[in-house]
Amino acid sequence: MNMIADSREHLIVIGNGMAGMRTVEELLKLGGAARYRITVFGAEPHVNYNRIMLSSVLAGDKTVDDIVINSREWYMENGITLMTGDAVKSIDCEARIVTTANGHVAQYDRLLIATGSRPLAPPIPGLNLPGVCAFRDIADVDKMLEAARTRKRAVVIGGGLLGLEAAWGLKQRCMSVALVHLMPTLMERQLDAPAGQLLQRDLDRRGIAFFTEGQTEEITGVDRAEGVQLADGRFIPADLVVLAIGIRPNVDVAKSAGLEVNRGIVVADDMRTSDPYIFAVGECVEHRGQVFGLVAPIWDQAKVCAARLAGDADALFESRALSTSLKITGVDLFSAGALTAADESDDEITLRDDNRGMYKKVVLRDGKLVGAVLYGDVGDGQWYLQLMREKTDVSALRDRLVFGRAIAEAGSAATGPDIASIPDDTQICGCNGVSKGSIVCAIKEKNLGTLSEIRAHTKASASCGQCTGLVEALLAHATGVVSEKKVPAICECTTAGHDEIRQTIIARHLKSMEAVRHAFEWKKPEGCHKCRPALNYYLLCAWPGEYVDDSRSRFVNERLHANIQKDGTYSVVPRMWGGVTTPAELHAIASVAEKFSIPTVKVTGGQRIDLLGVKKEDLPAVWSDLGKAGLVSGHAYAKGLRTVKTCVGSEWCRFGTQDSTGLGIKLEKMCWGSWTPHKVKFAVSGCPRNCAEATIKDMGIVCVEAGYDILVGGNGGIDVRVTDPLTRVATEEEVMEYAGAFMQIYREEAHYLERTAPWIARVGIDYVKKRLVDDDEGRRALCARFLYSQRFAQADPWAERARGADAHEFARMPEVV
Amino acid sequence: MTEFAWKKIGLGTDIPLRGARRLCFGHEGHPIAIFRTGANTYFALIDECPHRAGPLSEGIIAGETVTCPLHNWVIELDSGKAAAPDEGHTRALPVRFEDGEIYVGLPVRETV
Repeated sequence: MNMIADSREHLIVIGNGMAGMRTVEELLKLGGAARYRITVFGAEPHVNYNRIMLSSVLAGDKTVDDIVINSREWYMENGITLMTGDAVKSIDCEARIVTTANGHVAQYDRLLIATGSRPLAPPIPGLNLPGVCAFRDIADVDKMLEAARTRKRAVVIGGGLLGLEAAWGLKQRCMSVALVHLMPTLMERQLDAPAGQLLQRDLDRRGIAFFTEGQTEEITGVDRAEGVQLADGRFIPADLVVLAIGIRPNVDVAKSAGLEVNRGIVVADDMRTSDPYIFAVGECVEHRGQVFGLVAPIWDQAKVCAARLAGDADALFESRALSTSLKITGVDLFSAGALTAADESDDEITLRDDNRGMYKKVVLRDGKLVGAVLYGDVGDGQWYLQLMREKTDVSALRDRLVFGRAIAEAGSAATGPDIASIPDDTQICGCNGVSKGSIVCAIKEKNLGTLSEIRAHTKASASCGQCTGLVEALLAHATGVVSEKKVPAICECTTAGHDEIRQTIIARHLKSMEAVRHAFEWKKPEGCHKCRPALNYYLLCAWPGEYVDDSRSRFVNERLHANIQKDGTYSVVPRMWGGVTTPAELHAIASVAEKFSIPTVKVTGGQRIDLLGVKKEDLPAVWSDLGKAGLVSGHAYAKGLRTVKTCVGSEWCRFGTQDSTGLGIKLEKMCWGSWTPHKVKFAVSGCPRNCAEATIKDMGIVCVEAGYDILVGGNGGIDVRVTDPLTRVATEEEVMEYAGAFMQIYREEAHYLERTAPWIARVGIDYVKKRLVDDDEGRRALCARFLYSQRFAQADPWAERARGADAHEFARMPEVV
Repeated sequence: MTEFAWKKIGLGTDIPLRGARRLCFGHEGHPIAIFRTGANTYFALIDECPHRAGPLSEGIIAGETVTCPLHNWVIELDSGKAAAPDEGHTRALPVRFEDGEIYVGLPVRETV
């Protein structure tokens, strides 16, 4: 940079949120950098992020990093000065100066106010107690996630969009969730009563407890929130209370500057406030008496404001018909315009199927569509919205309109709602206002091949993501790829998916990685780090005793039979069957730790002892010494059976109903050494008190007086999942058969690197029951195949290496110095 | 210009196909690894991934690339460069293969 003074005008943006930054992006597109040097003040300490997606962060579908819109590099690359964590406190319109909370003073030529909104708080006692928060920014989400980690019960106040997404997110985080709503039905501003009831029924089934017609009187508690007291006497205990009753424009700084303010900062069609040098966009503004909470009109405002800043004297903002949807997986709803007929001259047509959980309503006025409410099947939402926006005369379609586009347009020139027949000007992405034409055009001109490229170039489906399916269909259509439901490929070397490859390995007797890669015309002859370990596993599982494991296609831990640590040393965990050990074993472990100066000896969560910090070259000698005391590999590094956690059971415990320790040891002896798609953990509890935590294991056995409850598909990791009950059996022999069969069906059918929890979530517990519980013969065959494969798997890898196998893995070169 | 001192480090077959081994000595305090591809070509790299210094010698080798075991960066064996979109490189050292034996070249004098 040379040192000539910057002669450009200074644009200051107050607010580093979505509306302000979208305006800056639009301005840069119009070449605004030549005219303005830009400074952005943000009250939050973060870069600009997609606030709409906070609910996805809460639900665990996305991370904070995923929702960042513009990184700090983006600001730098575009020459924008970003001041985060410093809110603007005052504006001097006369002198054109802003002052921040930290005392920073800056002069502007143009000012853009994009201060967004604040959560509404009801006037009740208890709002300031710890454990009470809003659902507005990353700090709120952090508080909610912290509560989800350490506490159990959440109450969400407010049954609108925000409140429902907050409740669902907390439910996903395994809290027990209650929702208090003032009105008789949910989302009453967007849904009519029948659709609101269907929504409540669906969410009730997913475990959210509803308190409708509930007026909150007080949040009780002494040191922190303890519960929510309703006016009608009902009391709901709570460790976390989330307020989501609505938002109001944040107008403080504009008001004290003397700008015209009603509910929001008043702007004209050109997005100027009452001061011609000051613009405002987003949730803080009021335009023709209307305030804004949805993203689509705000993007329109950003466009108009940017055009005005760039010198366009004609750009005008016009409010359009809006639609609403909800980001809860598996809940599809759509709403636009009028919810019900205003009077007798309006026409209201309803289609309802309670069994399928489907509801559709359209409202017509003077032959035109003025409202649509859809629940369960929302595929035609954008079409209805377009009919509303274009004020199309739909009299001729009246009788068929509610059945959707395919049926309504059948018989007319159009052939149906397939991708090809959608007109180019139809809006695909409601959030970002992107039409089919502009997506198809971008795909062709810029040669886009993936969804993420389309998002990067057009922003279509980049905000709430509900139109992702349509955008993918467009991509498939435009690039000529068959638009079947896409199965994700195993890696970038091929287009084939996991299931297809596994089936072909069996059907065509493919017995080497080369043969598989040849059959599917792999792009890289030796594959890559993703497909090699997967293919190696699939072949090992398909051809027990025949296929020879390829150690060069194993991740380092499985190749070396120890866990690599961040400093390049390894950890060693000997097996302790069922968590039971002996003085002799403990002596051996102690001597090894001393002899090899092993720095850390730790008890693991799986009832064993971990020796951490072993040098690679010492591994064979460590294993040799451990082996002399009878200790073998615990496979703590393997995609295979890790531990079988047990409690002491009927042998010692006064509550124990069965010999849980003994059963755990039998299970571990049967299953150790087997390779599986991902790691597998078992537990056996001797009574329903469940001290062995069997309900968060891949397979858990809970002993009861009458026998054994078998539970599967639990997980205690990032995404905690409680097991699904599989069945109850009477004898240990039956438990063993079920365990063998479960191991084998997981080995044969799950995708590589898929734990049992996501696998069962994918195929459904009913499918697993059908195969293991309903089909006795099938279960026995699965168990038999498992036991057969175990004949080749149960060799202690440590003993082999202590005897000299794979010596080159552990010694450096040259070997004799 | 760089001058190299050649050191014999052992037989090519001491390294498994699509395998790698670390050397007893390093270069200026950094470990060195020798790689053998499936096509029997040998390469030497400073055994530190440009990302977080992960041991490349423990990675999976496919073609003339190795994938770091820590965070799956893919490094080109001939140049030591990270494959796009990652950026960075680790130093590549010259290797000679004569009569079944491998020699690695250690820089002794570097002048610009």
